[in-house]
Amino acid sequence: MIWEGPIWEGLVGPFVEFGFLRRALVGCVALSLSAPPLGVFLMLRRMSLTGDVLAHGILPGVALGFLLAGLSVPAMALGGLVAGLGIAIGAGAISRATGGREDAALAALYLAALAVGVVMISWRGSSVELTHILFGSVLGVDDLALLMMGGAASATLLFLAVAWRPLVLECFDPSFARAVGVRGSAWHLGLMALVVVSLVAAFQAVGTLMAVGLMMLPAIAARHWARGVGTMVLVSVGVALAATLSGLLLSFHADVPSGPAIVLAAAALWALSLVFGPVEGLAARWWPRRHLEG
Amino acid sequence: MRAVQELAVRNLTVAHGRHPAVHHVSFRLAPGQKMALVGPNGAGKSSLLHAVAGLHAPSEGGIEGAGQVALLPQASALDRSFPLSCRDAVLLGLWSEAGAFRPIANPGRVADALAAVGLSGFEKRPVGSLSAGQFQRVLFARLLLQDAPVILLDEPFNALDARTAADLLEVVRRWHGEGRSILAVLHDLDLVRREFPTTLLLAREVVACGPTEEVLSAQNRLRARMMAEAWADDAAPCARAA
Repeated sequence: MIWEGPIWEGLVGPFVEFGFLRRALVGCVALSLSAPPLGVFLMLRRMSLTGDVLAHGILPGVALGFLLAGLSVPAMALGGLVAGLGIAIGAGAISRATGGREDAALAALYLAALAVGVVMISWRGSSVELTHILFGSVLGVDDLALLMMGGAASATLLFLAVAWRPLVLECFDPSFARAVGVRGSAWHLGLMALVVVSLVAAFQAVGTLMAVGLMMLPAIAARHWARGVGTMVLVSVGVALAATLSGLLLSFHADVPSGPAIVLAAAALWALSLVFGPVEGLAARWWPRRHLEG
Repeated sequence: MRAVQELAVRNLTVAHGRHPAVHHVSFRLAPGQKMALVGPNGAGKSSLLHAVAGLHAPSEGGIEGAGQVALLPQASALDRSFPLSCRDAVLLGLWSEAGAFRPIANPGRVADALAAVGLSGFEKRPVGSLSAGQFQRVLFARLLLQDAPVILLDEPFNALDARTAADLLEVVRRWHGEGRSILAVLHDLDLVRREFPTTLLLAREVVACGPTEEVLSAQNRLRARMMAEAWADDAAPCARAA
């Protein structure tokens, strides 16, 4: 019987046996449904680096919450939310001021945010707590964290249902969007706010540094499998779900923090996509097939 | 199509920082008029067009009747690798009608618009797979769906083969025949002389505006060529600025 064999014990058993792992799975599945579509839009706007900056940007806020209230989910989440939104607005201002050539300033911003956050946590916390905040812990997913993850996912999916057309239009042809009266900056701000909310919601399970991995890696992987925005979003969600499941199992069996484990799984799927994906995959270049008639 | 109104540009200045892309430009585009916008590189042609389309806020002056325009951007300004089908790219032209979430009435219009620009059956093709000419045809199909009374074209025939340019020129003629006003940035002066009865010659300021043959005189073209292409940091403040 399969449900008595080693496959069952290795893949399903941990989730049956341990409630904390089930909670982490449910929370991460919720985020896998909502974060990768945000990542797809960030990637299409050539803002992958901005996602990384925001992930680092929430750290000083989380650290301030930790300094004031210890490992309290509401305090750290509120701090992260305020800091993330502040960095999102700051990154937007830098982007406008530099005419889109913002990469150097953004790199400086996220290094500074990371350093400030780590210093603040180190003042009061132990290295265990630092690891917990930076890289996440499945044990940290309590009811409140689970609600936050579900809430962030629901809000994101609702927003995407409403904002799909303006976001696509604004990504493809921002000048045209402005000319026909799309309030591009309002939709953009909504997108950035939800990116921050998703990152904050994810940090209990996967850590502040790794939260962006579940958003960006599936999106970047999906680019190698799809030629349309809609299909790209669906593939990215599939990649994220696979990464979540395999990452949590890796975390459980290999006793490593959940964040890096999930991101490692997502990175492996991205590497596979990069090599074997039909859209600009490396395999097609290495082993070119006979060209077509037309 | 809504009724065509006059487009009036009065004393318009569009600036990048303190440097004017165009300054103190005034002209009128009468209903149904077909006007070419010509000038050397850096003359501010695209900036003027963008200002009329509402993309650049004027530093001075204003535009009347700007709410009725549709803009064809330079194709080179767009990301042609964007994961979008021709159908979806053309559908974006219905934004003012459908908005963010209203259903699209009669989606068969997309196929008709693609057929009108010679791309029948291209609905499902990704825009990334198109040639430069086909991509320009898609942008023309999007303009067709916008159904605007005033059409602004930014270098619509650049880098196109003769067949594509002729086909798209025919679309422009059809728009003109329907009574729409057309303002087109062009570099091919022979084409301007053949197809556009009126011309605005720009060199950051209006050098001449009126009947094409008069505007494109050797003297006017020489005056336009005298314009320095690069901005000068030590330029004096404009005496006409408010």
